[in-house]
Amino acid sequence: MTALLDVQHLAVTFDAPGAAPVVNDVSFMIAPGETLGLVGESGSGKSVTAFSILRLLQPPGRVVGGRIIFEGRDLLTLPERDMRAVRGARISLIFQEPMTALNPVMRVGDQIAEALTAHGMATRRDARARAVELLDAVRIADPSRRVRDYPHQLSGGMRQRVMIAIALACRPPLVIADEPTTALDVTIQAQMLELIRQLQAELGLALLLITHDFGVVAEMADRVAVMRAGRIVEDGPVRQILREASHEYTRQLLAAVPGMRAASAGRTR
Amino acid sequence: MPLLEVRGLTKHFVRRHGFFRPPSIVKAVDDVSFSIDEGEMFGLVGESGSGKSTTGRCILRLIEPSGGEVYFRSENVLSFSRARMRLARRDMQIVFQDPYSSLNPRMRVGSIVEEPLVIHGIGSAAQRRARVVELFGLVGLEPGYVRRYPHEFSGGQRQRIGIARALALNPALIIADEAVSALDVSIQAQIVALLIDLRARLKLTFLFIAHDLRLVENICSRVAVMYLGRIVEMGETRALFAQPTHPYTRALLSAIPVLDPDAPRQRITLDPSSFDRDAPLKAVGDNHWAAI
Repeated sequence: MTALLDVQHLAVTFDAPGAAPVVNDVSFMIAPGETLGLVGESGSGKSVTAFSILRLLQPPGRVVGGRIIFEGRDLLTLPERDMRAVRGARISLIFQEPMTALNPVMRVGDQIAEALTAHGMATRRDARARAVELLDAVRIADPSRRVRDYPHQLSGGMRQRVMIAIALACRPPLVIADEPTTALDVTIQAQMLELIRQLQAELGLALLLITHDFGVVAEMADRVAVMRAGRIVEDGPVRQILREASHEYTRQLLAAVPGMRAASAGRTR
Repeated sequence: MPLLEVRGLTKHFVRRHGFFRPPSIVKAVDDVSFSIDEGEMFGLVGESGSGKSTTGRCILRLIEPSGGEVYFRSENVLSFSRARMRLARRDMQIVFQDPYSSLNPRMRVGSIVEEPLVIHGIGSAAQRRARVVELFGLVGLEPGYVRRYPHEFSGGQRQRIGIARALALNPALIIADEAVSALDVSIQAQIVALLIDLRARLKLTFLFIAHDLRLVENICSRVAVMYLGRIVEMGETRALFAQPTHPYTRALLSAIPVLDPDAPRQRITLDPSSFDRDAPLKAVGDNHWAAI
């Protein structure tokens, strides 16, 4: 099995006097078509890891070590020009908050078309038609009318579908989804997970799914990596981790999921 | 006799569409009735826009309801004067969802917790300070933290501060409006455990408003499910989760992710035409009602 993405010993710091690394010696692999769930609480470094892969980290955040091998090349040493050809076309990102990730003054059809034309995947005219097809692919009713809508005219679930359409426009082999359903109602979340699963099967894409919800991981992932304070403390096949987590922290996280609770009123420090 | 009884509570918002078009009415809360016994933890669940938070706020008259009755200890609080209502709020407190925006960033946390006592003119300065220290202990915060500011605390600690403030006046009823929704799961579990502990120690009654059914299943004895402003199903938690009857409850329960990758996945999609929106609640079992 050759890995599609191979992250080796990634280290990230936020430059500040005496600051500890935010991501510390993180390594994982994703095979083509595979789903890896990256689980952790706020501040564990999971989103920073995702942004590092796409080299979207904002200063003072800085990658200080490691390699990110994607399709045989180290993304960390790629010229910015080549990196732009990777972002969106080979690796795309689905954000948590569709309202802030979409441009509020641009029709959604144009935003999908932009993803295609920016990578030379379609001419302007073809891109329009493709946008309608993509809206249809993410199961938006009446897509030929909806392409002309602005984001505020859509419901939260429909906005998230538009984001997925943009992310999939160039048929990238890898999609990074950063808490893609956290802001959604549970019924909409279920629809969205189902949609991502179906599209993944149709297009054969690999998924790096970042979440704090073990329930979502159980539904979606083949393998899980658990992050805590910048390190991966445990990884393995999803069934194995859910049934017999070996690391104490993983067991605590699992116990905290409502429905499997066993908590006590502890004093916070 | 229930501590709180809500009868036919209604809140309509008028939406204007410009000068020439007639305004439309949004029925955010539409004929909602339920009661909560002393010492009970009652769950009110629903998705965004279901009217659950508006219901909570109408009970405290933070939003003025359009109609209905809210009996607290057998008195209709909706008929209270402003002064009388202020007095009644000593007994009915609310904990909000967002621990970041519900605490004044420029006040020391000790003053935040003390403020309800100042407003209601309770105790001397020394007595109030002693009460604040006591409250900090009650919610599991170091009493030495009183002089700090909210930004120095984590989300879970801030929610403890919000709870301490709600407890300051020794209320009988606490409305927890998505009080743990913004927290990480492990912190969520700690705060829930704290609420359960406080309920037993202080004999509190809770209206627990949440969108997370998993949470409600664990801690509430009875639960009501809201959909588009109405209660569509209500009953003892165990019965309602074992035999969900309303199509919306079924769809909602089937959407919860389960921790077993091999569990059979049966997603039920809600077909809004499959039920009558205006159907009244009727008994479908022992202490179990559904609007079908």
